[in-house]
Amino acid sequence: MTTTHTYDALVVGAGGAGMRAAIELSDQVRTAVISKLYPTRSHTGAAQGGVCAALGNTEEDHPEWHAFDTVKGGDYLTDQPAAMLMTEEAIEAIYQLERWGLPFNRTPDGRIDQRRFGGHTANHGERPVRRACYAADRTGHMILQTLYQQCVKRNVRFFNEFYCLDLLRDDDGTTAGIVAYELATGELHVFRAKSVVFATGGYGRMFRVTSNAHALTGDGPAVVWRRGIPLEDMEMFQFHPTGLARLGVLLSEAARGEGGIVLNKDGERFMERYAPTIKDLAPRDVVSRAIYQEIREGRGAGPNGDWAYLDISHLDPRVIEEKLPDITEFARVYLKVEPTKEPVPIQPTAHYAMGGIPTDTDGRVVTGPTEEVVPGLYAAGECACVSVHGANRLGTNSLLDLVVFGRRAGDHAAVHAKETELPPLPDKPEQHTLEQLNGILGRTTGDNAADIRTELQDSMFDLAFVVRSEESLTKMESILTGLHDRYERVAITDKGAIYNTDLMETVELGYLLDCAEALVGSALARTESRGGHYREDHPLRDDANWLKHSLAYRTDDRSIRLEYKPVKMGPYIPMERKY
Amino acid sequence: MATAAEVLNASEDRRIGPKPGAMALTVRVRRFNPEVSQDSWWDEWTVHVDPLDRLVEVLHQIKWHHDGTLSFRRSCAHGICGSDAMLINGRNQLACKVLAEDVGPKVTIEPIRGLSVLKDLIVDMDPFMDDIRSVLPYLINDSGEPDKERRQSPEDRHRYDDTTKCILCACCTTSCPVFWGDGGYVGPAAIVNAHRFIFDSRDEGGRERMKILSEKTGVFRCRTTFNCTDACPRGIEVTKAIQEVKRAILFERF
Repeated sequence: MTTTHTYDALVVGAGGAGMRAAIELSDQVRTAVISKLYPTRSHTGAAQGGVCAALGNTEEDHPEWHAFDTVKGGDYLTDQPAAMLMTEEAIEAIYQLERWGLPFNRTPDGRIDQRRFGGHTANHGERPVRRACYAADRTGHMILQTLYQQCVKRNVRFFNEFYCLDLLRDDDGTTAGIVAYELATGELHVFRAKSVVFATGGYGRMFRVTSNAHALTGDGPAVVWRRGIPLEDMEMFQFHPTGLARLGVLLSEAARGEGGIVLNKDGERFMERYAPTIKDLAPRDVVSRAIYQEIREGRGAGPNGDWAYLDISHLDPRVIEEKLPDITEFARVYLKVEPTKEPVPIQPTAHYAMGGIPTDTDGRVVTGPTEEVVPGLYAAGECACVSVHGANRLGTNSLLDLVVFGRRAGDHAAVHAKETELPPLPDKPEQHTLEQLNGILGRTTGDNAADIRTELQDSMFDLAFVVRSEESLTKMESILTGLHDRYERVAITDKGAIYNTDLMETVELGYLLDCAEALVGSALARTESRGGHYREDHPLRDDANWLKHSLAYRTDDRSIRLEYKPVKMGPYIPMERKY
Repeated sequence: MATAAEVLNASEDRRIGPKPGAMALTVRVRRFNPEVSQDSWWDEWTVHVDPLDRLVEVLHQIKWHHDGTLSFRRSCAHGICGSDAMLINGRNQLACKVLAEDVGPKVTIEPIRGLSVLKDLIVDMDPFMDDIRSVLPYLINDSGEPDKERRQSPEDRHRYDDTTKCILCACCTTSCPVFWGDGGYVGPAAIVNAHRFIFDSRDEGGRERMKILSEKTGVFRCRTTFNCTDACPRGIEVTKAIQEVKRAILFERF
């Protein structure tokens, strides 16, 4: 049985971007939020170190300096007008969060305190600057809670534990709604709306070592990709240098912002060799590659020689207690290591997708090299690609992205909903989803989804991680073909209707396979190294040929088709990226 | 320098399937599935795991390789999202913050108590969330908005720091014997979330919240058994927070 609901606007996903959009929307039009998790379970809550804005509370700072750092940090693949807009709107966005009650750490005179963060500098790279507003190492938690509190205050309508399985578009491509699966009952729901905002987060779970939650399986990007929307810059994935060894759990860059350093097995502070000016505070792609280089030259730590160390033992224990309590606890709980006394084993961890659903600065989804607007469709947060992060996101800019562009997407989606009529539904809107689910439920024998997922995660970690090559990516492409074939034959044991997480995990695996396919195809084509995308067979950046965004489309024969669109330039001329 | 392919070869042993762990762990789980039976039952598996494996990953191993119907909530797997509160060897804990070696060789896992079980380890969280919502868990301040931030001294900020850590996992509330009983007690987590605003110098809604919490479903139902404090995976001094709210209501000081 299928229930049909009608709203003016829908938000898919209840993390930071989704709830920020929902706050904006629900003040203006009839809105529902569809989320596969309870709102405060989203991975925004795992963000730790801070959210940057040039408030200048502790030293001189300017949005323009922040914009420059964002563009340079993105290795010039960042759309410069978007970066300038974000860094200007950052200031009001932070004040807004504070006025909603976000408990920022304070300066002695009661203003929002700020600290250093990787790649954030004064006066175009001169020295590190205190720009990150923070609440201990729980900034994301506080943002998520604050946004949820505002949703409670506004009585926002949530459909919790509803999985979005399909995007509905009418004959001329206008957005008509979504199809969702209710986990509690196994029933399908058709949600009609004039505006749909996707805010489903990233897809780091395609890699074995990741800081991402189990829920981060690329649902939004995969769903829209299957309906003809391209995915932008999918090859640009961020590998954070300081994941807890083996587990990949994030140890915030704030540890280095507060004075922590990275060491190799000989105890050498090797970043002095790779980034002589800002050393351990170099952007994440630079530090992750440096760690890989140390590992390859035999200076990696740990039983397999593929770890490094993060050392904060020289910091004042009070600083650790006040400003880095959570990550200290992670090391104690999961590795039984005491960070106030000994270095913590780390390894680069798959952390953040710079790429995703292409949007303009109003969150509108745009397709093709000419950026044709898809009426009624929006995306914000990690699942979107504005692109403000280019080829490498600076630390703290993800939280900023989701409040700035979550608000803008919500606002524009509200305007669109007010100005348009409800589009007609396609015939039998849930039919496609029903067939997909029945296909999985109907097989009694077949491949195990967990085995497919494990092989995907292991091979993506080995072949499409910090270091890539034509050889590794070609091999990954053929592995993916095999995994897709096996996925077509997947069978599960739970055939029930109530809380069938077996079924939903299998659907999520399909999303991960699609996102991996777009990532690998885009990465194989990009024969240069830029930001998070490092090709050892093409180790240099190639602006003459590759200063452009990739757009990957799915084709009928399950291969991908690539198009490109120019980077939106501005005042900053690409230069060599030294730190 | 090694090529990507050599890196691959070097890691071949890690690549395919779960590798047999160093430790045998017997996992007993209280099962419930209304599509199968109206009664709960026990299942038991012995799995080989790494001593440092989190219990949530042990449950995954069972679900992925032994019984796909085993159902539980989880997401971040490192104690931040609050999805996987369970009764583990008689104590409410997050399955992602308990390691195999901490509970081995045998562990018993049940759903948290006081909320209806829907399937296996999944309980109905809506009543819990409704209790949270009932205490007006958002900043109330109608005195006009400043151009920039509201000022707050580090001392005032510190006053409510402990209760900002709540992740709404329900470990505290569902360990409380008063909550298990009949009567609609809002429970420790709701009071923690009220405390977070009552003691925030920027907030003006304290009186309203304290009125709600002085009703018969409120703070005075607490019998200070400290179960909540013991259960909190974030180390919040829950009982202390409840006592502070009680005192504030009695003396109207906050």
